Amino acid sequence: MGVGKAILAVTATLSLVFPAHPIFDHALPKLSDYGFFKAPINEQIPISGVIPYTIASELFSDYAEKLRFIKVPNNKSISHNDDLSFNYPDGTFLIKTFYYPSDIRDPDSDRRLIETRLLKKTGSEWLAMPYVWNNEQTEAVLALAGDRTEVSWVHSDGKPISILYSVPNLNQCKSCHVYNNVQQPIGPKVRNLNLNFSYDDIPMNQLDKWISVGILEPFQDKILLPRTVNYMDTHDGNLDQRARAWLDINCAHCHRRGGPAETSGLYLEVEETDPTALGIFKPPVAAGRGSGDLKYNIVPGHPEESIMDFRIRSRDPGIMMPELNRKLVHKEGVELIQAWIKHMPERK
Amino acid sequence: MQFIRSIIILKFTFSLCLAEFEKDLQLQLILAEPGDTIKLSSGLFPILGTLSMEGKENIVIKGTGMNSTTLNFSTQVEGAQGLSITNCKNIILEDFTVQNAKGDAIKCQYVDGITFRRVKAQWLGGPKSTNGAYGLYPVQCENVLIEHCVAIAASDAGIYVGQSKNIIVRFSEAFENVAGIEIENSTKADVYGNNVHGNTGGILVFDLPDLVVKEGKQIRIFDNIIKKNNIDNFAPEGNIVAKVPSGTGIMVMATEQVEIFGNTIIDNKTAGTAIVSYFITEEETKDTQYNPYTSSIYVHDNIYRREPQIPTLDHDIGLLLFTRFYKDVPDIIYDGMPDPKHLGAGGYIPNSRRLCIASNVDADYLNLEISKNFESWYSPFFAEFKTDINECECEQEPIPEVVLDID
Repeated sequence: MGVGKAILAVTATLSLVFPAHPIFDHALPKLSDYGFFKAPINEQIPISGVIPYTIASELFSDYAEKLRFIKVPNNKSISHNDDLSFNYPDGTFLIKTFYYPSDIRDPDSDRRLIETRLLKKTGSEWLAMPYVWNNEQTEAVLALAGDRTEVSWVHSDGKPISILYSVPNLNQCKSCHVYNNVQQPIGPKVRNLNLNFSYDDIPMNQLDKWISVGILEPFQDKILLPRTVNYMDTHDGNLDQRARAWLDINCAHCHRRGGPAETSGLYLEVEETDPTALGIFKPPVAAGRGSGDLKYNIVPGHPEESIMDFRIRSRDPGIMMPELNRKLVHKEGVELIQAWIKHMPERK
Repeated sequence: MQFIRSIIILKFTFSLCLAEFEKDLQLQLILAEPGDTIKLSSGLFPILGTLSMEGKENIVIKGTGMNSTTLNFSTQVEGAQGLSITNCKNIILEDFTVQNAKGDAIKCQYVDGITFRRVKAQWLGGPKSTNGAYGLYPVQCENVLIEHCVAIAASDAGIYVGQSKNIIVRFSEAFENVAGIEIENSTKADVYGNNVHGNTGGILVFDLPDLVVKEGKQIRIFDNIIKKNNIDNFAPEGNIVAKVPSGTGIMVMATEQVEIFGNTIIDNKTAGTAIVSYFITEEETKDTQYNPYTSSIYVHDNIYRREPQIPTLDHDIGLLLFTRFYKDVPDIIYDGMPDPKHLGAGGYIPNSRRLCIASNVDADYLNLEISKNFESWYSPFFAEFKTDINECECEQEPIPEVVLDID
């Protein structure tokens, strides 16, 4: 708490020192200032016009649960391009709240809200604004420099877990969200949104819903729209599709052409077809001790000889992948990637 | 009243110096406006997470001296770098040390105009494979100036400039790293006046496949002291520098237009200067745009000195040299793999595209001719090497000086 107060104090002081910084043209001091939610805002019940949504395959962030909302300015709608990418109107907000239930096995157990991240479309850019919830859970306040806070919960195996959770600072937000030097949303793509969501207990395809409420322009032929599999659902798609979905959402925001990790030559987008770019018999470039004394990113049939497996299993900040927003190993994800590598036909 | 106020200010400053130093500094990095100087006071500051600056222009980050302002990352819990600078223009880093980063000490990516001046990157406790990879690490940058800097004990390269353009590295010192200074897939670099000693390899100029930015060229390595780069290679396996033999002074791999002159190259036990193709790594590549050969390499007016000593025995090439030459290993070692696309009439390569060696002091020469000798690689007694330096007697046009576009 002391730390939280001190950050506030420092933020306040510096906002006086740097009043001209463009972030202050957009970032309001408190989450409640935006009026996205009905009071009490910790129940996260959105007002009309703020639409909840989910995505098919999620970025792992230390088993935190997430609530997502989108708000498109009145009488505006999202248009789309031939490649199905979205053009969001100016002033669109993407809102994501991270929380932990006290018992991860019981969705109705008490929950602690940790942070709410806002992405606001302003001109050609998206502005990232992190808000940190207070201990009383009555308000979340702007924390440009991020924060660290102790979080505990009962895990799926019934054992208690406690970690020092990191709220990313403004720059860390951008380090994942940047593409060709411009900050972009990661999750909401057609293929990630093309699934049902329960609106007041009535399930409906999310894209249909967005179109029906007028925030998304209709598609010409919806039947052709792609859908990402849910990598956590063993009945959804095949092993290759699930593994590629995991790599896409967890790695490809950096590991793609034009992304911050393009210097590595390792590209993990779901559309990638070049085996070397995917890591198969690809030597590391600047991995340092991240190589784990292994020669190739992926050795088909042998996860234990593959740098990819070594790095996603690691919790050492100098080795682990992804680099940010993770203190724990994503056990289910690691098992999926291990199975994927193990079932690749051996060559060479 | 004045007195009380100064006590309050002092107390506030003091508390910032402790736990709040990191948050305050990070906030300043986020809020900095063009023209700002972010000052770091004297002291040893423990930092828990990567410090980052993003999307800024004309900012100076300035400590009080590389021996008085130290950012220490021994207890780092998150982020793979000490300091990370991305998407910026005209940034100057001056007068501080980054210590014990878990990954790279200072990484700059997509920065046009980056100056490191009197900055030290160090891992305490000497060479260890658990040290971070790179000390000073600009990648995909333009107009890079590194001067009066120090890099110590990086498990890859102390000063590493990758996939960049317009580079000067000068008057700096690198020791106890695997590679002292490395220029990789970069164009137009001047590396001069540096003191590079006690690394595994002194100065490396590499071109690697499967990268976004390919084809490094126009590199000048001159007036450096490159001495006793003989420590055991401690790079984690899998990294390209793990293949560099201990005892390498300068190594040029798969790069074209490299001029090496005026250097003093002393007591590097395995290869004072090695000019090799990518084939020497025995790695395969499917990168069809990649050129694995060296061409237009000009080695002249260097001073070589080497006390008789055995080369490294931890490396195939070292073993081969030991078997054939025992303690008197030649200074300049060429793998004899010219770029076949430059072969002209009669199977000759024009001087401008060859390896030229001229007017060095005390330089012995060895051509490994690996295309002929690859089969007998492991029976060196039968391999046919060439040792007549006159086969490289020619001159080339000097490579132009690098001019940086920095205010």
